[in-house]
Amino acid sequence: MSQENVLPLFEIFVRSKRGLDHKHVGSLHAENHEQALEYARDVYTRRSEGVSIWVVKSSDITASQEEDASSFYDPSDDKPYRHAMHYTLPEQIKNM
Amino acid sequence: MGDVISNNQTAIQTFVLAEADDALIYGQRLTEWSYSAPYLEEDLALSNVALDYLGRANNYYEYASELDPAGRTVDQLAMLRDSREFTNLLIHELPIGDFAFTMARQFILDSFYIEYLDVMQHSTDQQIAAISAKSVKEAQYHVRRSREWILRLGDGTEESHVRLQNALNELWGYTPELFLQSSAETELLASKVSVDRSQLKPAWDKRVDAVLEEASLSRPEVSWQVSGGRDGIHTETHGFLLAEMQHLQRAYPGLKW
Repeated sequence: MSQENVLPLFEIFVRSKRGLDHKHVGSLHAENHEQALEYARDVYTRRSEGVSIWVVKSSDITASQEEDASSFYDPSDDKPYRHAMHYTLPEQIKNM
Repeated sequence: MGDVISNNQTAIQTFVLAEADDALIYGQRLTEWSYSAPYLEEDLALSNVALDYLGRANNYYEYASELDPAGRTVDQLAMLRDSREFTNLLIHELPIGDFAFTMARQFILDSFYIEYLDVMQHSTDQQIAAISAKSVKEAQYHVRRSREWILRLGDGTEESHVRLQNALNELWGYTPELFLQSSAETELLASKVSVDRSQLKPAWDKRVDAVLEEASLSRPEVSWQVSGGRDGIHTETHGFLLAEMQHLQRAYPGLKW
C-alpha cells in the first residue's frame, strides 16, 4: 500500500494505570503527532487498556545496535554487587 | 417521573424509536468502511465510530422496546420493520460516497450531535438523559477527528479540496432536516423531555462556518432542501441498506447470536 511510504511511522507507549510506567505497545502510521495520538487511542486503547498515551516519531529514536552487545552489556555480568538480588521485597510491593 | 412517562408514553416511544433509527442507519452505513478504508489505522478509527453509533442505537431500541405497546423486542424493532416504518433523518442513510463525502457528513453530524446531546443529557426523561450523557462523550471525540479531516482535506491537494467541496454541496440540502421538529418532539417540549431543534441551529452554524473558513471551503448556498425521514419517506438507497442489514434476521426468523 502506497500510504505506508507516505505517512511517517510512530511508536506508541501506553500507561495502563496510574503509578505504572508507559509501556511500548506497538507502532502505527499517521500524518502528524496529533493524528498518531488519535489513531493510538483507536488502535491500542479500545478495551480500556490505558489512562495515558505517548507517541514518538520512530525516526526520533536512537537505538543501540546488536553488534554493540558485547561492549555494552557483558561487562556488568560479573558484578553481582550491582544487582539488588539479595534483598527480599515485602509482599505488598507488587510493581518493582 | 411516573406521571410524565404515562402521559407521554406514546410520544416518548415514537421519539426514542426515531433516535434509535438515526443511530442504527448511520452506524450501518459507516460499517461499510470496515476492511475497505484507505489504510489500517483509519479503518479501525472509522469502525470505532460505527460501533459507537450501533451501541447508541441498541440503548435507544432497548428503551423503545420497553415502551412498545406491542411488546416488540430490540431485534424485531431493528431487523423486522420496513423502510416506511423507519423514521431516521435522511442524512443518515445516504450512501458513503468517497472518503471526502464520508468525512463531510461525519463533521456535519458531529457538529450537530455535540450540541444536541449536550442539551439532551438534561432531558427530564432519565433514560434519554443517561443515553445522551454517555453519547456526548463519544461525540466530543468524533468531532475532534472529523474536524481535523476537514482541515486536512480542505487545505490538502487540489483534488481533496474539490472532492470535499463537492461533498458539502451535495449534502447541504439534507442539513435543514436536522433542525426540524417532529410532532412527537413538539408534544414532549412542554415536559422538557425533548429539545427545540431549531434553537440549536445558530451554534451549529457557528461551529461549521469556523471550520469551513479555516479549511478554505465555502459554505454552500441553501438552494434546495429535502425532508421526510421522520414520516418514513426515504431516499432510494434506504431499502437496499435494510435488505443487507436485515437479511439474516429475515432469512432465519428469531435467530440469536
